[in-house]
Amino acid sequence: MTTILTPALTAYWDDPELCTLAGYQRDGGYRALPKALAMAPDEVISTVKESVLRGRGGAGFPTGVKWGFIPKGDAKPHYLVVNADESEPGACKDIPTMLNNPHVLIEGTVIAAYAIQANTAFIYVRGEVLHVIRRLQYAVAQAREAGFAGSNILGSGFDLDIIVHTGAGAYICGEETALLDSLEGKRGQPRLKPPFPAGSGVYASPTNVNNVESIASVPWIIENGASDFAELGTEKSKGFGIFSLSGHVTTPGQYEAPLGTTLRELLALAGGIRAGHRLKFWTPGGSSTPLFTEKQLDVPLDYESVAAAGSMLGTRSVQLFDETTCVVRVVLRWAEFYQHESCGKCTPCREGSYWVVQLLQALEDGKGSEADLDKLLDICSNITGRAFCALGDSIEPSVKSSIEFFRDEYLEHQRNGGCPFDPAASTLFTMESAR
Amino acid sequence: MAALDELRSTLAAEAAEIIGRYPKPRSALMPLLHLVQSEVGYVSEDGIALCAELLGLAEAEVSAVTSFYTMYKRDPVGEYHVGVCTNSLCAVMGGDAIFADLLDHLDVGNDETTPDGKVSLEHLECNAACDYAPVVMVNWEFFDNMTPQSARDLVDGLRSGADVVPTRGAPRLCTWKQASRILAGFPDGQATGGHTAGGPSLAGLRKAKEQGWTPDPAASGNGGPR
Repeated sequence: MTTILTPALTAYWDDPELCTLAGYQRDGGYRALPKALAMAPDEVISTVKESVLRGRGGAGFPTGVKWGFIPKGDAKPHYLVVNADESEPGACKDIPTMLNNPHVLIEGTVIAAYAIQANTAFIYVRGEVLHVIRRLQYAVAQAREAGFAGSNILGSGFDLDIIVHTGAGAYICGEETALLDSLEGKRGQPRLKPPFPAGSGVYASPTNVNNVESIASVPWIIENGASDFAELGTEKSKGFGIFSLSGHVTTPGQYEAPLGTTLRELLALAGGIRAGHRLKFWTPGGSSTPLFTEKQLDVPLDYESVAAAGSMLGTRSVQLFDETTCVVRVVLRWAEFYQHESCGKCTPCREGSYWVVQLLQALEDGKGSEADLDKLLDICSNITGRAFCALGDSIEPSVKSSIEFFRDEYLEHQRNGGCPFDPAASTLFTMESAR
Repeated sequence: MAALDELRSTLAAEAAEIIGRYPKPRSALMPLLHLVQSEVGYVSEDGIALCAELLGLAEAEVSAVTSFYTMYKRDPVGEYHVGVCTNSLCAVMGGDAIFADLLDHLDVGNDETTPDGKVSLEHLECNAACDYAPVVMVNWEFFDNMTPQSARDLVDGLRSGADVVPTRGAPRLCTWKQASRILAGFPDGQATGGHTAGGPSLAGLRKAKEQGWTPDPAASGNGGPR
């Protein structure tokens, strides 16, 4: 049988001591770092370029190319920022990565900082994950004590101070420029681009912002070689990535596989949709990506194929919903999320998200009309492309695709005078009888 | 003013340590606000005044930052702050039912605290544990695959002082103030304890091990990766 899963980042998660330096080293950790430090910084960048690792935070921009944008020989300090603010509804890969294997992120951080010649690295981690924060703090302290971080790392003359910076609850801080403002002690609001962070990032200095999984993939690439990584995946979407399956699936969880794997293949390994039910709709890459249905089960989950099929690979956050689920309820709740998390800086997102919620709520309550669907689509199309950052653009995809696939379900709410679904039927548990 | 003086002297050393971590002082504002919460329990007027004073900012600037982030509270919360994820996936999987049940069981509203000061309740946005839905957080520790009954038992245990252990987290549950200290960058020594790789985290790895699959082209079954 052909290899479907390729555990690399997840390979040792069953080792309860992986979170310690000794455990990580026993499982092969910190072997890539001396290799990288023996290379010239530019060689590290070209190795990552050759691997064709693309940003695992959703956008898919080639990581090595991004590193190459950092100016060389300038007088300003350089900074590396690891975006560990995982908050997109459906995304749940970076949190277990850091919880189970914090040192792989530290090792990747040191290598990446060396490549761009940064002497300070920030790990911006969302605040709502206490044990992850403990483990990152501990891993940084252990790495420093062992000479893998701090000054004169492994005798190379390279210094790196790693600061674990804890957020305080704001999805917008996953947007890289909002993250930088937040890191500077301000409200997390996005900046106008250009200038891009590589030229003017934190403290107006050259800065690279990379996702956790991107950075955590770097030690594997250095250790095994760019060509081994690039051999996996598809022509333009190379390597492995973690696919996070959640919802009405028999065995939800993290499935690390080459890009281009299909949901049909992953679902077969995850035991399919929960017993007695069938797939109704799913997100290929989190709540900000257009919905798919069972018609897209065979779409290769790589950047190009998913885009060609009308959605986005995003963060490979596969949320699966069966036929017991009301799509209006799901889309309404995501809209409420975007309304709540809108930073308020720009009018289309701030006001638009408000009206989208009002209309969806009326439709869910059976008080909407068919004309409201057109109004909803009209408002959405006036947010997308007109908002200051990608958060605004994230509102439309689920609304538009759900109306496209399930228009009659929206109207059924009106005919029924309310939501026709029984919410108890979609829960994980059998609803308890009266207390 | 006396309260501000007291807060200043209590937090002076740790505040200086936090400010010293950063290339520029203002970057210390977020951890300083977590530090204030670790002492006061929420971001008080005095806490805002102290942060402004330490960083040379206007109090309005500190207030603006405080009100932007949901983890900073402007009123006291419970010793155990309980959050129920009600974003779409958790809501559908049972989060809505759990939250409704807890509102009723605790007889509080959203973002309110029980009269004994033990438990406060709020609904949360996605906490990045969708494969463990429905999820409940207590002082930012994971309680996975909850039901209305297990959530009720959980809050009852918190109120009665029972030994409550997170599904994936530290072996000993912190109080809200202790958790805030960790967020401010002062570890409590519990980093390596606790089980963290639950079934969903290992689902793919287990399947791959059954099949002998690895990312190494040479070592993978017949044919190697696609």
